Amino acid sequence: MDGSGDPNAARKAWLSVLAKAQAADVAALWVEAGYAPDHEVLRAPEIGAVMVRGRAGAVGAPFNLGEMTVTRCSVRLASGEVGHGYVQGRGKDHAVQAALTDALMQTADAPAVEAAIVAPLRDAAGAKRATRAAKAAATKVNFFTMVRGED
Amino acid sequence: MYVAVKGGEKAIDAAHAWLAEERRGPEDVAELSVDQIKGQLKLAVNRVMAEGSLYDPDLAALAIKQARGDLIEAIFLIRAYRTTLPRFGGSTPVDTETMACDRRVSATFKDAPGGQVLGPTFDYTHRLLDFKLAADGEAPSAPERAEMPETKPHIMSFLDREDLIQPEPEGPETPPDLTREPLELPANRPLRLQSLTRGDEGFILGMAYSTQRGYARNHAFVAELRIGTCAVEMDIPELGFAIEVGEVELTECETVNQFQGSKTEPPQFTRGYGLVFGMCERKAISMALVDRALRWKELGEDNVGAPAQDEEFVLYHADNIQATGFLEHIKLPHYVDFQSELELIRKLRREAIGNVRQEAAE
Repeated sequence: MDGSGDPNAARKAWLSVLAKAQAADVAALWVEAGYAPDHEVLRAPEIGAVMVRGRAGAVGAPFNLGEMTVTRCSVRLASGEVGHGYVQGRGKDHAVQAALTDALMQTADAPAVEAAIVAPLRDAAGAKRATRAAKAAATKVNFFTMVRGED
Repeated sequence: MYVAVKGGEKAIDAAHAWLAEERRGPEDVAELSVDQIKGQLKLAVNRVMAEGSLYDPDLAALAIKQARGDLIEAIFLIRAYRTTLPRFGGSTPVDTETMACDRRVSATFKDAPGGQVLGPTFDYTHRLLDFKLAADGEAPSAPERAEMPETKPHIMSFLDREDLIQPEPEGPETPPDLTREPLELPANRPLRLQSLTRGDEGFILGMAYSTQRGYARNHAFVAELRIGTCAVEMDIPELGFAIEVGEVELTECETVNQFQGSKTEPPQFTRGYGLVFGMCERKAISMALVDRALRWKELGEDNVGAPAQDEEFVLYHADNIQATGFLEHIKLPHYVDFQSELELIRKLRREAIGNVRQEAAE
C-alpha cells in the first residue's frame, strides 16, 4: 500500500482508519452497509487504557506521558477469518464493528467492504485533516527582523 | 489523625441533593451538554486530560460538568476513573516530528523550514473583553489556504547537526511508571517528565517563573513550540505487529539554554523538554523550564539551592490531587485528636496560671 514492502501494510492502514474514526460514523456506515456476518466473539468488547509514551527531547529516552482510553474486541467469522478491533475511546459497538470489518477485509468481499466502510472513513478523516492544514497554512507568517538602533 | 465518625447520613443526603441542584443552576437557563463543554471549553477539557493523565475528551467534559467547573475536582474524578481501567499496554513513543501541526513557532529561528504557523492562538489578541460573545455573536469562519504539505523538522535537529546542542541519551524501552510504583528519589529524567506532565499547571508555572527570575539561572529560549495531532501506535501481540490505536492532540515545547560547559561537558546549548496532552502551551513551556532546572546534576552544574533545582520539593508537590487530598482532609472530623489537644492546652494553661499566681504570692 505504501510501497514499503511491509506485508502487513494494507491491514495496518485499515485498522488505523477504523481506530481513529468517530464511533458514530462507523456505526452509520455499518448500518447502511447492512452487514450481519455469522461470527463468534473471541474476546468480548473490553474498555481499557493504553499508556502513551513520548521521548525526552523528542528523540531521547522514552517516558510515560499519560493514558488514553481504548476499546478492543476480537471475532471469528463462520468462514474462519479472525478480526481484531482496537479503537480509541469507550465505544463497545465501535470495537465490535471494527473487528468484524477487519475480518471481512480478509475475505473475498474485501473490495465491497473497503468501498462501503473503510474508504468513506478514510476520506472523511483526510478531508478533516486537509481542512485543518489549510486553516493552519492561512496563519503562516514571515517574521522580519527590524534593524536595531545603530550603535 | 482522621477518625471515623458515625451519623449525619440524612444531612449528607440533603447536601448531595442540594449540590446536584446547584450544579444544574437556574432552571430557566438551558442545561449545558457534555458536547458543548467538549467543543467550546476545549482548553479546560485539555487541562483535565493532561493532569488527570487520561486522554478522553468525552470523560473530561463530563467530569467538568459534574465538578461544576472546578477543574481540580474534575481531575480527581478522572484519576479515580483511570484506576478502574485495565492496562492494555504501552505505546511506542509518539513521533512528534510527524505531528500534523495546527501551530508551530520558533523564537530562535525566524526562517524555520516548514514555516512559522500561528494557529488558533491568543497571542496578538488585545485581551479586551468581547461583548459580542455575550450577545450571541456569530464566529467568523477561518480562512483557508491551499498548500502543498510540508515537513516540519524539529528545529533542534539543525543545532544537533553542528554538535552545538547536548545530545539526548537513549533510555530503556519501558520507562518507570509512577502510577505503578511509588515515586522514589533520586528520580531519573523519564520519571521526572512523567511527574511534570501530569503536575498542576499553576505549580509548574510558578516553578518555571522562579527560574526566569533568577532562582537557578537558566535563561531559556523557546527553540520550538508545536501543537497538533500525533498517531498513537502500539504492538498488538495477537496481530504480531504494531498498529495505530488512535491519535492524540499534543503540545510540545523544546527550549534551548546557554551552557558554559562544566568539568565533563564542552560549552554547548542544553535542552529542556515539555510534552503535554492537548493544547496546553503555558504548561508545556513551564514543563520545559522546570525539566531543564532539574537536570543540574546530570549536566555537572552547581546546585545553587534554587527551589526549582530541588527534585524532592518539585516532584513531591507538583501533583494537585495528592496536594488537595492532604490539604482538604483537615476539614474532616478530627474530634478525637482535637479533644486531646484541648486537654493538653487546658493542662498547660492551668500549670502556667498556677505558676504566675505562685510567683505573685511570693
